[in-house]
Amino acid sequence: MRKSRAMNLGTGLFVMLGFAALFFLTTQTTSRGLSFHSEPHYRVTAKFDNIGDLKVGAPVSMAGVPIGRVVGIGFDSRDYKAVVSMNLNAKFNQIPTDSDASIYTQGLLGGKFVGISPGGAETFLKNGDQIDFTQSAFVLESLIGQFLANMGKSSDHSKSAGDTGEQKK
Amino acid sequence: MNQAPAIVEIRDLCYSVGGRAIFDKLTMEIARGRVTAVMGPSGTGKTTLLRLVTRQVRADSGSIRVAGVDLRTATRARIFALRRRMGMLFQSGALLTDLNVFENVAFPLREHTDLDERLIRDLVLTKLQAVGLRGAAGLATAELSGGMSRRVALARAIVMDPEILIYDEPFVGLDPISKDVILRLIRRLNDTLGLTSVVVSHDVQEVASVADTVFLLSGGKIVAHGTPQELQTDPTEIVRQFVSGRADGPVSYHYPAPDYFGQLLARDGAS
Amino acid sequence: MFADLRASLEDSLVRLGDIVAFLGRIMVQVPQALPRFQLIVDQVYNAGALSLVIIMLSGLFVGMVLGLQGFELLQRFGSEEALGTAAAIGLVKELGPVVTALLFAGRAGTALASELGLMRATDQLSAMEMMAVDPIRRVVVPRFLGGVLAMPLLAAIFSMIGIYGAQLVGVQIMKVDAGSFWSQMRASVGLVDLNEGIVKSCVFGVACSLIAVYEGYHAAPTAEGVGAATTRTVVTSAVIVLFLDYLITAFFL
Repeated sequence: MRKSRAMNLGTGLFVMLGFAALFFLTTQTTSRGLSFHSEPHYRVTAKFDNIGDLKVGAPVSMAGVPIGRVVGIGFDSRDYKAVVSMNLNAKFNQIPTDSDASIYTQGLLGGKFVGISPGGAETFLKNGDQIDFTQSAFVLESLIGQFLANMGKSSDHSKSAGDTGEQKK
Repeated sequence: MNQAPAIVEIRDLCYSVGGRAIFDKLTMEIARGRVTAVMGPSGTGKTTLLRLVTRQVRADSGSIRVAGVDLRTATRARIFALRRRMGMLFQSGALLTDLNVFENVAFPLREHTDLDERLIRDLVLTKLQAVGLRGAAGLATAELSGGMSRRVALARAIVMDPEILIYDEPFVGLDPISKDVILRLIRRLNDTLGLTSVVVSHDVQEVASVADTVFLLSGGKIVAHGTPQELQTDPTEIVRQFVSGRADGPVSYHYPAPDYFGQLLARDGAS
Repeated sequence: MFADLRASLEDSLVRLGDIVAFLGRIMVQVPQALPRFQLIVDQVYNAGALSLVIIMLSGLFVGMVLGLQGFELLQRFGSEEALGTAAAIGLVKELGPVVTALLFAGRAGTALASELGLMRATDQLSAMEMMAVDPIRRVVVPRFLGGVLAMPLLAAIFSMIGIYGAQLVGVQIMKVDAGSFWSQMRASVGLVDLNEGIVKSCVFGVACSLIAVYEGYHAAPTAEGVGAATTRTVVTSAVIVLFLDYLITAFFL
């Protein structure tokens, strides 16, 4: 009987730890997660024709240095563009307003991230601003499509120049 | 022979294990309110008889009635109700190792009754006092000697005020002092609490001093029964061998084996 | 030779049937055992809280190895940021439930089996029957429920610590971007994966606890009998867990 109190305490702690783990797994690892932002930041947006598979939480970097994070991805139904919201670390508050934002790929098959190249303006981005110059994500299928289309064109040329009877689409 | 009514009636009991018949049409009665001893050489099935009477195992055929309940047809619930009126002292004591002395004795009360905590405490201490271990109530089972743990088990067996108390080899491994303690307890509890006691043992001297009736089992049958004095004077071979503790007689010294010289002279091994 | 094989196969099937029948007996007694809540809590402590150390240590090391191996492998494709995904999915869906179950069988399972086997060998279970207390209700059910409740929690703790370990190696040591680590994980891991992991750990919990209490309860009442029971617990649990792992994985796909 005297052992019971200590045992119950131990059991209680164990069960709490177990549920904390479940909570952690549910919220921190799945897409329904919460995120904890501790550092001061300001928000900017940018519109893209195609963001590829850019994900919320992807890093925003400048000259390769991470300066912020993608926090929201939306869609503008008026001009049919993707609207990407980013939180930039308040430390980096001297980004010219005419900088451009492009979507790059990490590594060969990695995830997408947003890279910002500085412009030359004398005014800087602040909370709520929009980056006007953007470049969409590199999409593999379009490139292949372009490549095939080019191949088609060059075979047309060779057809009109000298007929060899090749059947090429 | 028994003036008192029988509380356990066994008729034509047959039981075998693995092809070997342990009991062959065994018939006996255990009288109410008396101390009855069941004795016999090792391996005759004395403990098996106890397990049959408490229906831990089922008989192949024959009938066993305990306090009017027919064990063959009784439901599990009835058997459990019957067992609450019986107490059993196991050879090893069989105390629950995760509970201390007090909790062990209180165990049946906690499981079967809704008694107030103070009432439980009083009952437990009373029973421990009866076996002389009230001061040991706080000890853990590991701290008890063999004799002490058996006495605690006895206190546990009587805590629900049973009608029948069964002792399975209660004297095995005890020093003479502890043996005497248990002996006195068996007699005193039987008389003061109005119990029926069944003692399974092979200790002739101990049993003779405490039993009212003795049954001697051998080869699955009763070879003798009566008062201890009657058994001392019984001329039957096997009774003589058992009572005087002779190494050889109807219960053979040698385990059955082929001819001795033949085996020694044979070329190959154990066969 | 084939006769022996067939005989042992038959024995295994018979044992499997006995184990399932035992589960039936246990389940019947559960409603009556529930009021004795303290007994169950004690057993959750024995099965769960006492296993915490080994589970957490193993989780940490497994997570760290996963981080190392995963990083090395993904680096070949330049996809180090997918480390978070790889670690989370590997742990939550597979390593968490399975490794926890195997460790559980080894630590808590053997403790259960040997405890029950010892109670069998010292007549404690028979004594209980003689005192008209059903040993299944009083002794087996609380231990079974303790294991069943503890396992999913242990598996979750294992996975959580494992992810931390992977993160420790990947982000802190190998300098994978923390944001990518977590964001890719969050994007690729869904509640379905978590569900699969939880279902697995619950099923494994039932299997391992059942096997442990069965072997202990039916152990031969000798020293060798108890030893054999504990060995069989670990072996049978391991095989059954891995087999069920395949079934459940296939079911979810």
